[in-house]
Amino acid sequence: MTQETAIEIRDLVVEYGNRRILNSIDLDIPLGQISVIMGGSGAGKSTLLRSMLGLKKPTSGAIRMLGTDICTASPGQLQEFRKQMGVAFQGGALFTSMTVGENIQLPLRQHTRLDENTIQIMTRIKLDMVNMLPHEHLMPSELSGGMTKRAALARAIIMDPKLLFFDEPSAGLDPITSAELDELIIKLKQSMNMTIVVVTHELESVFKIADRIAILGDGGLILAGTPEEIRASDDPRVVGLLNRTPRQVNVDVDQHLRRLSGLQEASDKK
Amino acid sequence: MKHELVNKPDFDVLVLSGDIDLHHSPTLRERILSSLKGGRPLLIDMQEVSYIDSSGIASLVEGFQTAKSSNLHFGLLSISSPTLQVLAITRLDKIFSLYETEDSFIEILEL
Ligand SMILES: Nc1ncnc2c1ncn2[C@@H]1O[C@H](COP(=O)(O)OP(=O)(O)OP(=O)(O)O)[C@@H](O)[C@H]1O
Ligand SMILES: [Mg+2]
Repeated sequence: MTQETAIEIRDLVVEYGNRRILNSIDLDIPLGQISVIMGGSGAGKSTLLRSMLGLKKPTSGAIRMLGTDICTASPGQLQEFRKQMGVAFQGGALFTSMTVGENIQLPLRQHTRLDENTIQIMTRIKLDMVNMLPHEHLMPSELSGGMTKRAALARAIIMDPKLLFFDEPSAGLDPITSAELDELIIKLKQSMNMTIVVVTHELESVFKIADRIAILGDGGLILAGTPEEIRASDDPRVVGLLNRTPRQVNVDVDQHLRRLSGLQEASDKK
Repeated sequence: MKHELVNKPDFDVLVLSGDIDLHHSPTLRERILSSLKGGRPLLIDMQEVSYIDSSGIASLVEGFQTAKSSNLHFGLLSISSPTLQVLAITRLDKIFSLYETEDSFIEILEL
């Protein structure tokens, strides 16, 4: 089966300073589907997202978005691309001095010249989608964690983006709220034909929403495939992630105790 | 987006076609509101609409609200199933009056 590709990542290398975070990543994000990126903490999931958004310049490699390489795109081109992308960051990233409603309208005010009534109605439509309509006038500091995430999602979809990036939508949410977010993500795909990239740790979520799964680890891409292919993998790192077995690390009790206590023995100092 | 206003004996029909997005919805809004100013019921023919984004839907919502407050019937004709899904995600499918034929709109007017 041939599918159209929204984002094509080729031989991508990303470093912070001289620390290599992602090494030689090849990954296709198919159009109109939900791709989930998994991996342990620090595996580089957010870094990969930031690269796809053009916020972190890769050391080498290519990221072609809807046919254009964003690594070599001009600032003007990048700006145009961003209008088609919606992003909900891990921490919400709402402006603390504005109400929820004002935060959500911000992209419309920056990028369009729509009538005020249209802006207000669009804002409420999106707030309703994420079940936040009653909270339009609250300040970000008055929101719970789940409400912050839902507000961030409403802002991410205010411009009806073709591509939606969502970092950790359900982390720290109660099961009902997180199930509602999953439903919403699926509906956005189905009704608005969005291509959606989600970073998440929540296994239940992953297998409910994912059309494709990519697993990062050990500085690279461990495996990418359909949920069935991921489930069938016998790579111990994949099995470990799916079964949540803690990493087996050989602990030298004495050494570990010394490390934690900060006390060093003469024999360590050599 | 293309648009054409057709005057019927007892109501107006706004026939739309193509994509309705951020660039077109100001025109859509203006067309709807100016037609309603004439004090006649309005039927929006959506049969040839291939895509409508939320700015377009917002214009429909404002039109519907304006029509309601002037006691005028406001209907949407022949909505495609993708558009219906977009409306359903915010329960607007339950709010708008949807018609499959012009005749069924006329029947409502005659009630
Ligand atoms: N701005 C930065 N400057 C330097 N190093 C960074 C920066 N951002 C991330 N890193 C490093 O890159 C690595 C990957 O970080 P990243 O945030 O991409 O991980 P992650 O997979 O999103 O983890 P988590 O699940 O905890 O969110 C980490 O080792 C981190 O220390
Ligand atoms: Mg992260």
